[in-house]
Amino acid sequence: MEHGRHPAHPTPMAYLKIAAILAVVTFIEWAIFFAPESMDFIKLTVFSVLSVLKFALVAMFYMHLKFDERLFSMFFVGGLALASGVIIALLVLFQALL
Amino acid sequence: MEHAEATQHAEHATTTGIDHRKMLIWAFLGSECMFFGSLIATYLVYYGQSISGPGPVDVLDINTTTVSTFVLLMSSLMMVLSYSAISKGDVKRFRVWIVCTALLGATFLGFQFFEFTEFAHHHQEFECPPALDRPAQYPDEACMNGATTYEANYGLTPRTNLFGSTFFTLTGFHGAHVTVGVIWLLSLFGYSFRRKGEDLIRDGGLNVDLAALYWHFVDIVWIVIFTVVYLIGVTVA
Repeated sequence: MEHGRHPAHPTPMAYLKIAAILAVVTFIEWAIFFAPESMDFIKLTVFSVLSVLKFALVAMFYMHLKFDERLFSMFFVGGLALASGVIIALLVLFQALL
Repeated sequence: MEHAEATQHAEHATTTGIDHRKMLIWAFLGSECMFFGSLIATYLVYYGQSISGPGPVDVLDINTTTVSTFVLLMSSLMMVLSYSAISKGDVKRFRVWIVCTALLGATFLGFQFFEFTEFAHHHQEFECPPALDRPAQYPDEACMNGATTYEANYGLTPRTNLFGSTFFTLTGFHGAHVTVGVIWLLSLFGYSFRRKGEDLIRDGGLNVDLAALYWHFVDIVWIVIFTVVYLIGVTVA
């Protein structure tokens, strides 16, 4: 691989579209929060899905993981996997949220 | 002269073809995932374990935090636009966007300061129990003359309970990261006036790219905190 290679990144218009999606998703989260308590299970599921969506959009497009070297994704996903492992291990160990 | 150029080139060449600085920032961000993962895990482990209040429902204000989340998300947009500008060699636009990013970051910190202050001075209305059941430290005066309720300080600090300790540690460390980011952005802004920003344009704006990656990381950490601590935390409580 040639040194100094810069892969094509999105245009400013694409960045604006991503920002619009992020803003709308945040607004949806806020609106769903005030839904009746009987929908709590659905709310928790929607919050989790929307959070993953926002996380992925920022990581893939703003941090350019979709366009940059795969090695960077490996570093980041590796860290995320370890962090998730730590969270799950501690929750199980302390029998939290059960 | 040729020797000097050759030496300079040799310093930048890497076996992977990837700049060491960019590799380093990604390794750093990977380790930061584990750092914040541990803090989030600690928060979850102690969630609902506080012996006394206040809890998430009593103090967390979703309206305010939604606005501050929006502010931080928009700062990421400004950041990526500043990187886009410097990678095209447009120093003037870079300066505008980087200052906007820093200002939005500072606004987020302002929201956090406001939130922390509100938590510490939080007041709540309590019902007056029958006179015989009142413990010695009870505010007898407030419940006199037929009053059925009284208002008292119900503030949250890191020393109040387990929720306070874990909440302030998690969000405080995030706030510290945002503060470091704002200082980094402002230093880049100042650096752009040196030699008309040529140092920043070099290497396709790599110096700005590194700061941008850090800034976006701080943003995605907040996306997780907002969901886990605020949205899900208050809903479950």
